Amino acid sequence: MIYLLCLVLFCVGLYCIITKRNLIKIIIGIGIVEYAINLFFVLIAYRMRGRAPILAQDQVIENMVDPIPQALVLTAIVISLAVTALLVAIAIRIYEKYGTFDIEKIKRLKG
Amino acid sequence: MIELYLLLLFMIAAAIIAVEIEDLLSSIVAVGAVGMGLSITFLTLKAPDLAIVQLVVEILCLIILIRATINRDITQVKGRQKFITIFISLTFIVLFLVLAWSSLKNLPEFGYPIMKVAKNYLAEGLARTGATNLVTSVILDFRAYDTLGEATVLFAAIIGALAVLRKTGRK
Amino acid sequence: MSNKPIKSNEKGMTLIVKTITRLTIGLILLFGIYIVLHGHLSPGGGFAGGVIIALSFIHLMLAFGKEVALKKLSQSMASFFESLGAIIFISIAVLGFLGGYFFLNFLNKGEAFHLFSAGIIPLANIAICFKVGAGLYAVLLGLVLLKTGGKE
Repeated sequence: MIYLLCLVLFCVGLYCIITKRNLIKIIIGIGIVEYAINLFFVLIAYRMRGRAPILAQDQVIENMVDPIPQALVLTAIVISLAVTALLVAIAIRIYEKYGTFDIEKIKRLKG
Repeated sequence: MIELYLLLLFMIAAAIIAVEIEDLLSSIVAVGAVGMGLSITFLTLKAPDLAIVQLVVEILCLIILIRATINRDITQVKGRQKFITIFISLTFIVLFLVLAWSSLKNLPEFGYPIMKVAKNYLAEGLARTGATNLVTSVILDFRAYDTLGEATVLFAAIIGALAVLRKTGRK
Repeated sequence: MSNKPIKSNEKGMTLIVKTITRLTIGLILLFGIYIVLHGHLSPGGGFAGGVIIALSFIHLMLAFGKEVALKKLSQSMASFFESLGAIIFISIAVLGFLGGYFFLNFLNKGEAFHLFSAGIIPLANIAICFKVGAGLYAVLLGLVLLKTGGKE
């Protein structure tokens, strides 16, 4: 089933967030989780033999796919870019202060 | 629907490569491949708006990620977590997939959605708003409040990133 | 650190990249403006166009170095444009109070498939384009201007 393949992609990202020690790998894992969630929303909206929800000038289109989840995902994609930029800014600051990306060594609360 | 399965398998393979490989630059390139596959999948699922946005956002995300890792001296982390952590996490992930399989049966079948509200939007979208792109009429006329919320979140995230990257500070 | 050997291409990238950049950034900017203005007729809209416009300025910064890009669009101008986009969006929404409720589509909706139709939707697209484009350009400018321990 196709929903299950989408959830397998989510689980690959989740495994990366939990078990990796490198900070940049954790950010990559968060990115993969975001891709899987957006794909799940668009999969729910699909209609068999449907057409894109845009009217044409000389055709009468009967069956269109669902436009509401597409509107949701449109803003979610741009928000995920801003959140990734924020995470990378914090990671660069952490590297400046501690000299490494390893999360096992970034344990001092007061530098 | 054979092309959908092929695209999803390609994305899963690229994601596994991105997670497991040691060199950081190669894993960033693999994440770029996942994003491009996602853009083609959006085109196959008849969503051209989303394909355009996903493609350009993917390019910008790659630029930002590469800025963080290039020219740094020490980027690789040797060693892995303890074995017990990997074992427990794999157990939880398998449990999650088994429970998800039994609850995905309650969703409507793939390709036959229940469009209660969307039928009204599709039928009278042109008459009430005058726009022929129905996705734009949904995000800027029928559900414009959500777009206002999204603009606020974008503003807050950008201000947060610029505040972290200031040069003045205590040390 | 004071007697580093001077590299041959000190600022920006090689000659091939600079030539292609000079030819294409005007076209990229124009394409982004086209996608924003035709947001209610064909796929695209404010978000896609805003990101494409930000990409054209970032292309200039990557190929020529940050001084050239700062001369075209400095940091204060970028933050001014972002706030301007947010204020225009909010004022379009509040002006709907004149007719009845928040976000009322109060301009007249012309005929279908014309450029000046669909009420407030083209104006809202332009406001979103300013906000997203200037914001993403400002974030990347902040990442580049930060002097770190790398070989900058």
